[in-house]
Amino acid sequence: MPEFTLKIRRFLPESGEAAYWQDYTVDLEGHRSVLEGILTAKADQDGTIGIRCSCRAAICGSCGVRINGRAALACKTHLEEALEGSESEDGEIVVEPMGNMPVIKDLIVDMDAVHWKKIQRVTPWLLPEGDPPEREYVVPHEAMVDVTQSMACIQCGACVSDCLSMEVDPDFIGPAALAKAYRFVGDPRDGQHSERLNDLAEDPAGIYDCTHCFNCIEACPKGVAPMNQIMRLRRAAGDDYEINDRNNGNRHERAFTSLIRDNGLLWEAELLPRSYGGDSFFGKFAPAAGLELVDSLPSITRAVLRRKVTPMGALKPHKIPKEDLAQVQQIYEKIESQDDRFELNLYIVGEEVEGDTEVAVETEGSSA
Amino acid sequence: MRVAYWPGCVSRGFTPELHGSMAKVAPLLDIELVELNRGNCCGAGVIAEHNQELADTLNARTFALAQQTDGVMMMNICSTCQGSQSECQQRLDANSEYRNRINDTLRSDGLRYEKGVVNKNFLWVLVEDIGLDQLKTMVKRPLQDLKVGPFYGCYIVRPRDRLGIGSDAPRDRYLQQLIEALGGTVIDYAGAYKCCGFPIITMNKDASLKQAGTHLGDALDADADCLVTPCPLCHLNLDLQQPLAERVVGRDLGLPVLHLPQLVGLALGLDPKELGMARHVVKPTSVIDWSESVVASV
Repeated sequence: MPEFTLKIRRFLPESGEAAYWQDYTVDLEGHRSVLEGILTAKADQDGTIGIRCSCRAAICGSCGVRINGRAALACKTHLEEALEGSESEDGEIVVEPMGNMPVIKDLIVDMDAVHWKKIQRVTPWLLPEGDPPEREYVVPHEAMVDVTQSMACIQCGACVSDCLSMEVDPDFIGPAALAKAYRFVGDPRDGQHSERLNDLAEDPAGIYDCTHCFNCIEACPKGVAPMNQIMRLRRAAGDDYEINDRNNGNRHERAFTSLIRDNGLLWEAELLPRSYGGDSFFGKFAPAAGLELVDSLPSITRAVLRRKVTPMGALKPHKIPKEDLAQVQQIYEKIESQDDRFELNLYIVGEEVEGDTEVAVETEGSSA
Repeated sequence: MRVAYWPGCVSRGFTPELHGSMAKVAPLLDIELVELNRGNCCGAGVIAEHNQELADTLNARTFALAQQTDGVMMMNICSTCQGSQSECQQRLDANSEYRNRINDTLRSDGLRYEKGVVNKNFLWVLVEDIGLDQLKTMVKRPLQDLKVGPFYGCYIVRPRDRLGIGSDAPRDRYLQQLIEALGGTVIDYAGAYKCCGFPIITMNKDASLKQAGTHLGDALDADADCLVTPCPLCHLNLDLQQPLAERVVGRDLGLPVLHLPQLVGLALGLDPKELGMARHVVKPTSVIDWSESVVASV
């Protein structure tokens, strides 16, 4: 049987000792999981290794750890796959506790202190309006399909672990909780959509604090794509409820979108002041834009001195040719005039299978 | 090799040195750039945040324009363009009904997107189409003793499956491989795959600049002479905003950040000035001094 070496980060905060690495070599087949590797080491070599687990089948979400620097479920990661992802020269599989949460012992992190607090923050239950119906609630099929992706979450905390916004801003509500928020914002039985969205858009640590880094999409073992759910919350807040939040989130999105409609290309010098001051030519004269300008003077001055930005370049947008701009504007007109936004969610519809027809033709040919 | 060249917006706006250096480097690599000057902004994820179908249609338009050229593929010089366009392409290519819907909108302009456009960042072209061995033979001024930290930009490394990253195409190691092929020393530091913070610069400036400042600081602590990035938006936060990032993280930084074609251009023997390096907010003094000492020693 092949041997795998697990390099496990050991840490017991109350011991007063610093964290350290310990290697364990286990004899297991490559298709066995990293969790089985850890449990084998724990059973045969060192009973003091701290790991939390339960179902061993990627359903309970207990065994979230970082494997070779990335958050994953230990039970869902094969040893051979982990070895392939190893960046160490000796081919060690590096296993650490998840990030952004305090360590209780070794690979066990304090989910209560971070993950569950944030989940509680978004009021994770249905808030229906009016009297309950005599029998059950009747919900359109499409509406429930729409929230299935956010419902697939098993609360393992992998996305929280690897969230790069939370790394610099621990207050950020974060990917798991915001994906959970979409579960209720997308549910037609919930009567507090507007209140929920207002709350999440106005909170400086809310939907506009996501830096769009895709790390949560990459980390999630269940395909929830939390960042995509955050973007759906932004669409609902900005476009359905027209919430003009104090964080400049919606103003930025509107300014960006209309600058492309008007020029075909981005005009950065105009985007920033409009994001602060409002989406019009006069946005830059708003007090908020002025304050921002003053705050950014050290950068602006150096950019002008170094001829990175010329006054002419800042005052005049670069545009695509007239006929092309007309095409772009026609696209805007057609799509923006539709009653409903159309969203293709590949999690729900899946990708078309390649070459279905060709296979059929071949079969026909071979049988002839 | 002729490519349909999509420079993006920022390389012609706030980082003109990027577009300029690409134009200088391309002929040396025998890449003929057929510029898609009729193409529109990729939306940088922001238009998709407003309306996904709008973003998909706008990018389908650019893809259709690229398919009308005789280029062997479409090439971009921006991680954010790569990521946003790949995201739209994934949806367009995954579902013929959806593709027809989008093509319906484009039809009146005589445009049509055919599934499967090949759209590669300059970094991928360098490794996969030119090849590092071939590139090594073109190096005139090896980046010897230049310590370079790679900074990818989120959009070009995640999600891995969408961007075609795997063991047969380790696109998330290409910057390291390239730096080595050009003769430089790769600096291993914490920030190479992290976010520069740019997308939230108008929403949470402190958190945004803390990200930029932290990565720059980490690279400095690991003894980097400079960073190199294929993303002009990262460049804005790492270079243009560096004076503000210094304020947020409370330390002097002064770490030059090069655009990818500038680093390649240096190794191919071009002058730092013609690569637009005088236009950076953080003077790339360490890099220029290095390049002069190399020239002097030749």
